[in-house]
Amino acid sequence: MQVNEFKPLIVAFCCNWCSYAGADLAGNNRLNYPADVKIIRVPCSCRVNPMFVLRAFQRGADGVIICGCHPGDCHYTSGNYYARRRMAMLFSMLDYLGIERERTRLEWVSAAEGAKFAATMNDFVANIIKLGENKRLEDLRCKK
Amino acid sequence: MQRIGVFVCWCGSNIAGTVDVKAVAEALKSEPGVVFSTDYQYMCSQAGQDMIKEAVREHSLTGIVVCSCSPRMHEATFRKTAQAAGLNPYMVEIANIREQCSWVHKEMPIGTRKAIILGRAAVAKVNLNAPLTPGQSPVTKRALVIGGGIAGIQTALDIADAGFEVDIVEKKPTIGGKMAQLDKTFPTLDCAACILTPKMVDVAQHEKIRIFSYSEVTDVKGFVGNFNVTIKKNARFVKEDICTGCGACVEKCPQKKVPNEFNLGMDNRHAIYIPFAQAVPKVATIDPNACTMMKTGKCGLCARVCTAGAIDYTQKDEYIEEKYGAIVVATGFNPINLDKFDEFAYNQSKDVITSLEFERLTNAAGPTAGKLLRPSDGRHPHKIVFVQCVGSRCSACAEKGKEYCSKICCMYTAKHAMLVRDKYPDTEVYVFYIDVRTPGKSFDEFYRRAVEEYGVKYIKGMVGKVTPEGDVLKVQASDLIANKQINIDADLVVLAAAIEPDKSARGLATMLTASMDTNDFFTEAHPKLRPVESPTAGVFLSGACQGPKDIPETVSQAGAAASKVIGLLAKDKLLGNPCVAKSNELLCNGCSSCERVCPYGAITYADKEFRMPDRTLRIRRVAQVNPAVCQGCGACTVTCPSGAMDLNGFTNGQIMAEVDAICK
Repeated sequence: MQVNEFKPLIVAFCCNWCSYAGADLAGNNRLNYPADVKIIRVPCSCRVNPMFVLRAFQRGADGVIICGCHPGDCHYTSGNYYARRRMAMLFSMLDYLGIERERTRLEWVSAAEGAKFAATMNDFVANIIKLGENKRLEDLRCKK
Repeated sequence: MQRIGVFVCWCGSNIAGTVDVKAVAEALKSEPGVVFSTDYQYMCSQAGQDMIKEAVREHSLTGIVVCSCSPRMHEATFRKTAQAAGLNPYMVEIANIREQCSWVHKEMPIGTRKAIILGRAAVAKVNLNAPLTPGQSPVTKRALVIGGGIAGIQTALDIADAGFEVDIVEKKPTIGGKMAQLDKTFPTLDCAACILTPKMVDVAQHEKIRIFSYSEVTDVKGFVGNFNVTIKKNARFVKEDICTGCGACVEKCPQKKVPNEFNLGMDNRHAIYIPFAQAVPKVATIDPNACTMMKTGKCGLCARVCTAGAIDYTQKDEYIEEKYGAIVVATGFNPINLDKFDEFAYNQSKDVITSLEFERLTNAAGPTAGKLLRPSDGRHPHKIVFVQCVGSRCSACAEKGKEYCSKICCMYTAKHAMLVRDKYPDTEVYVFYIDVRTPGKSFDEFYRRAVEEYGVKYIKGMVGKVTPEGDVLKVQASDLIANKQINIDADLVVLAAAIEPDKSARGLATMLTASMDTNDFFTEAHPKLRPVESPTAGVFLSGACQGPKDIPETVSQAGAAASKVIGLLAKDKLLGNPCVAKSNELLCNGCSSCERVCPYGAITYADKEFRMPDRTLRIRRVAQVNPAVCQGCGACTVTCPSGAMDLNGFTNGQIMAEVDAICK
């Protein structure tokens, strides 16, 4: 049986108060999502500098997803609004560079949405597998 | 270079079951900076923590990585361990290899490989950790309780009895909440008013408690220990400190046709009213939408009969600003709106009522003076059908009702059924249920009395339809145990409607940045171990706003919330979060971008002197972060065009090191 053996590298930035807790809840409920996703904890989605996203792609990540609190629910009141605007600009720039839109995502996951977190990750990874490896932004100089 | 110790936890079989912990410990030994790496069954236990302390001593460790459960679980625990071992508590990082690894991936090779990667990221981060010292902030020794029902009342009494000042803000003209509307309470059949009103009086007379009735919270700023709250006192058009509650104004008011909210619209009140006889505060309130004087400028009878001169038609809403150290949310619940449940004919027939309306009918102070009479024609009902789970446990119809169980209905219906059979032995009572849930102390015995002693007919089955036909209500239901359809001609149908959080809670949650779940109940910091704290520091939860609960549980939780508040207010200084923003003054160009995005106003600008390369002195305007106000969100760090702003504990270097380690 020909099975696509491509194992994508996915970096997820999750905000401590909502989405990271949502990810923990997915674990508590023993839901499954691919192990290709590695989560980095940040205090708020607004801490995610577009440079971090670019760095991940430069180092070989195939997909980057940023998760934050739902609009109106940010623990720091307005952080997710800043994240929304910044990521909109970043994704527009990546689009200009010819990077597929599905390689990045901004998702709102609350602390009670364990199921949504798992479903989002499953969906995101499935999309990345379809797109294949990130050849355009990977910087081979970073690989020793 | 750091000397890092790696400690991989088995967590019994929670991690070790799907992750080869020994392999993880072995793999991380060769990471840059790691001088010691081991594994143990329960890192958070006394033995595990002692192992960490011993390793710090023996190997002169400067940093610690624990690969274990979520940092949201035990980061604080391991920080304390590090501190006890003589390290700065912020030289600790946790790799989450349980909730985000062993519990979500089933195959051991996959889980192990991911755990190693997550461990590498944590090691990379710790290599860049710097010791951090928390700042200190003072604590305002006053608590705010939002909501004046039994939960708010009990919480306020417990806090005030410990010697701290408490303010209660209640949006209705009186405190008392739903409990004031009840007739008897299960499982003791105590009269609700008899056990509640003494507490209401205690609150009114307590020297440490202030009541802001007919008021709402409109703005909350600040953080734990230092909240600035704006309270809006709605105009009653009656001077609260002069009104004696004599009721002369109510007697004389000519406007008698206003639906009485306290009796759920089953009778009328006057435009000027006192909600019920035992109201606290016992002062009148004018409803400006019903008052002829307020609407047309003609009348003024109440002002003429008031001997105290308390009526003031020109009174305005008042805004009060007050400081608090802790806030308790006790906003309570309401039965859901039954507009979507036409199958029960709630809107079509006056004789189909909710359980709370039934409670008012049997209450001696209610619209029928306690006599059980049909709302349509005032006749006594001879056949009553109680329908359980109306809008609760609705998994199929999630848009129509609620998915959860409302918890109190099985018990209060047993109570209602028993009271009917006790007062009117000639009346037949049927209860259609899915399950009977009686988990509390003496609860099951209570329900069995209803069945065995009082002859209440409990039938396991759902009611499909209620059709009003002439004088009777045709009830079509099923009896699942006898396996047949049942038709009953009832005189009165009582619906146990689901309960949901008060609508004001949503806006309040945004103001407090307190989390809510998908049903609009406030989320607790941990469902088992921290049931009365919200994840937002300084905000606590009491009563049904956190989840459906009965009076014994509410009083219990109110005491628990009070004890948390007392623990907070007893401190003179609070240790802040040291993971705050920091500006590199040499890079800062004074552009004000960071100041504009900070949600807390933590950034100000100061003119400082700098020595330039050519040995001259120049004054430059640079950003300054107030570490007591900064909450550590990091918005400024990304906005800063010079890269001068960074966040302690989550520096740019640290996050990029994590990215690099993951992508290696």
